[in-house]
Amino acid sequence: MNEIIRDKIGAIEFRMLSPKLIKKMAVVKVITPELYDADGYPIDGSLMDLKMGVIDPGLRCRTCGGKVKECPGHFGYIELARPVFHIRYIPLIYIFLRSTCSSCGRLLLPQAEIDKWLKKMSEVDDEKKAIITKIIINKTKLIKKCPHCGAKQERIKLVKPSTFMQGSTKLTPIDVLERLKRVPDTDSELLGISPAAGRPEWMVLTVLPVPPVSVRPSITLESGERSEDDLTHKLGDIVRTNQRLLENLSAGAPELIIEDLWDLLQYHVTTFFANNIAQIPPARHRSGRPLKTLTERIKGKEGRFRKNLAGKRVNFSARTVISPDSHLAVNEVGVPEVIARELTVPERVTEWNLKEMKELVKNAPHKYPSANYVITPDGKRKVISDETRGAILEELAPGYIVERHLRDGDIALFNRQPSLHRISIMGHRVKVLPYKTFRMNLCVTIPYNADFDGDEMNLHIPQTEEARAEAEILLGVENNIVTPRYGLPIIGAIQDQITGCYLLTKTEELFSQEKAAELLASIGIFELPKKPAMKKGGVKYYTGKQIFSMILPDIDYIGTSKNCPYHNVCNNPDCKYKKVIIEKGELKQGVIDAIAIGAEAPKGKLTQAIINKYGNEVAIDFIQKAALLGINFLQRHGFTTLLTDTDLPQEAIREIKDAFNHAEKKIDEIIKEYHEGKLKAYPGRTVRETLEFKIIEIINRARNRTGRIVESYVKPNNYTMIMAKSGARGGVLNLALMAASVGQLSLRGSRIRKGYRNRTLPHFKWGDIGPAAGGFVRHSYKGGLTPTEFFFNAITGRDTIMDTSMRTPKSGYLQRRLINALQDLKVEYDNTVRDASGRIIQFTYGADGLDVTKSDHGKLLIPKEEVLK
Amino acid sequence: MEIDIFKNKLVPKSRILKEEEEKELLEKYNISKKQLPRILVSDPVAKALNAKPGNIIEFTRESKTAGMSKFYRVVVA
Repeated sequence: MNEIIRDKIGAIEFRMLSPKLIKKMAVVKVITPELYDADGYPIDGSLMDLKMGVIDPGLRCRTCGGKVKECPGHFGYIELARPVFHIRYIPLIYIFLRSTCSSCGRLLLPQAEIDKWLKKMSEVDDEKKAIITKIIINKTKLIKKCPHCGAKQERIKLVKPSTFMQGSTKLTPIDVLERLKRVPDTDSELLGISPAAGRPEWMVLTVLPVPPVSVRPSITLESGERSEDDLTHKLGDIVRTNQRLLENLSAGAPELIIEDLWDLLQYHVTTFFANNIAQIPPARHRSGRPLKTLTERIKGKEGRFRKNLAGKRVNFSARTVISPDSHLAVNEVGVPEVIARELTVPERVTEWNLKEMKELVKNAPHKYPSANYVITPDGKRKVISDETRGAILEELAPGYIVERHLRDGDIALFNRQPSLHRISIMGHRVKVLPYKTFRMNLCVTIPYNADFDGDEMNLHIPQTEEARAEAEILLGVENNIVTPRYGLPIIGAIQDQITGCYLLTKTEELFSQEKAAELLASIGIFELPKKPAMKKGGVKYYTGKQIFSMILPDIDYIGTSKNCPYHNVCNNPDCKYKKVIIEKGELKQGVIDAIAIGAEAPKGKLTQAIINKYGNEVAIDFIQKAALLGINFLQRHGFTTLLTDTDLPQEAIREIKDAFNHAEKKIDEIIKEYHEGKLKAYPGRTVRETLEFKIIEIINRARNRTGRIVESYVKPNNYTMIMAKSGARGGVLNLALMAASVGQLSLRGSRIRKGYRNRTLPHFKWGDIGPAAGGFVRHSYKGGLTPTEFFFNAITGRDTIMDTSMRTPKSGYLQRRLINALQDLKVEYDNTVRDASGRIIQFTYGADGLDVTKSDHGKLLIPKEEVLK
Repeated sequence: MEIDIFKNKLVPKSRILKEEEEKELLEKYNISKKQLPRILVSDPVAKALNAKPGNIIEFTRESKTAGMSKFYRVVVA
């Protein structure tokens, strides 16, 4: 019984249901459209007949005797008074009608040819069979006379959705049924229905299977009123129309009335299968809502596959707005108490925790650390309420399971959509906090790509020991500092945290022992550096470097900072100030910037060094402390960004002006050369393209010069510059944009060319290809743009927005398809990458077997010789 | 004109495995031939080696990260 049967599915084959089989699998013939009698009891022979299964608790199925969850449900059937078409078979019926003789039903090909194709078909696989069928259909299209009986063939037309016309006469389903019956098995096979799969006449319905009630359960509303499923409604329509048609037929009613009823029956049967067919008005509910019938149940995003099978709703999860909290550890998540009371962790009662568990039950259900449910050893789940608490407390013993509230230290999975990454879901430690938002440390905003402008995130509580272990070891934040994408930290300090550390380690200022102790205490360090830098009047003084060193573990590190901290423009490539030296956990020289403690791409080198020597736990603690130290120092130091940050001295403005004037003059010369036809083309380029390249080159050179001018003239205490140099946010380019010049705007990789005839805007002369007409913005954002510059800026701005809004869904869909295709690939214990059926995709993971996460930016941590040993 | 495709530096070195080697390989990974990556008989490399369906071709690839690595494909029709 409990033995697991393992086997591979070789193939799945779909066949047609024959009328005989429909009747055979049915347990009841449905004849009455009314569902319940006066007492509200299901009527025999109705759509709710008890033989078709039960949905009410307490009742038993009249076919199998099973109760609600035991009885799988049984089919019924409706004997249709007149045959109707199955809407999904209309295209196939059409093929049959056109390719077979209207009088003898044979395929419209000579016998010799039929034999030839049959032989061919028996030799090939299914895919090729479909091709043969297509060829045959095309061949029969032109035949006007049956090669078997000689009857003249009239072309049959399909009037959508479901009417066949032979000349001016309409073919009724009865006519079609008769014709399909005449098609021999051999000919049917050539048209795509092999005898094993069924007979073509089965495509016209004479009986209709009625799905079991468990497929279309009715809901009892609070008022006691019953609300039926959409399918039941539709089947009711079919039964009602069918009965009326039957009565009219036996009463010998006029042909006109019968025709109308027949068409109505066709409509109801069609909409039972699909309710969104073109040319057919969708069947509606009384409220005006279109009914959800068979096709709609399966198809699309809201259908069975994508809604219920590929993705499911889960319990033990929560979602709310996120907000930042620098005082939480990086691997913690702040959970609101209201959520902590709702989410539970099952805990088995043992001798050792009995007292604790009893205490929790005692507190239930109103106080916070308590429990919501108790599960008895025989699997019964009991709610703890004021009434039941006493009894539960009494019986609680080892073997019981208490579903206790979430509390500090529990492990939870934290997630932000879109989950494009494996690090979009990580395991955090719960910290129960007041208020109603999830709180998180700022350093994990990078992997989640989160901000706090209203972002919401999800929380899931693992319920088993295995799941908890996995959440901790595989998904834990501390074990995901290094991204598998390029092997450097993706968790690290950001923005002001970096600025703070930068300024702290750069400043010459000395901290009195009082100030130093206060700053260190704010990050939870309650001792001072060993040796004061200076002693004066009995007061010890410390440097910023010494204070930062307090959070460093004993480590040796030599690196470079992003920029030389002492010169705005440092022309010395191996400037000694750029060197960062840490000896035995003591920052001797250099500054701490984004390269050392930041996150993403070439940043986080110091963090990486700490991981290599001390592992993830020490590193995550270091990140948290460094970030908090940075913020706390910056708060005391003071930091802002000013309008005057973008002020430049007169000489600088003059220099910039000169640079542009010079460039414009040069461009004018080249344009003149071009017009005179003296310009020489670059190899493989036209003269015009060459001109374009040259103009862009000159402009770029001028722009770069202005950038350097800005860099060299800004004051050292310029806040924007500090952010740029420390790598906290923005770059020199952003400052140049505000202070000096916006520069060349580009639209799809070239200068702006669109607009009017031979010019970009009516403000320019015809044929003007100079810098200004091509979207060159000479002015700065602060200085203000000219009207044409402003307009060009708006063009590129809008184009960028359109571009991103169209690219996002496209790349999202590509991602979805990739994930679907690759989701079952797995690295096995022998280092091979295999799919679910054990087929090898790679013989060694990534051909080098390297776990990027455990490497240093893709390089091995241990020298190659060591590995080979 | 006959071109030796193996002279191109982008074409990896390849050879057909001997029967004992085949057995050894399948045993090493505990697989059947069906579970190997495939290559068509009509593939230029398979043609050049004159491989028959069922043969296993060994590719020796050079890469920046891995140095040398071996890859195997079974020839299919």
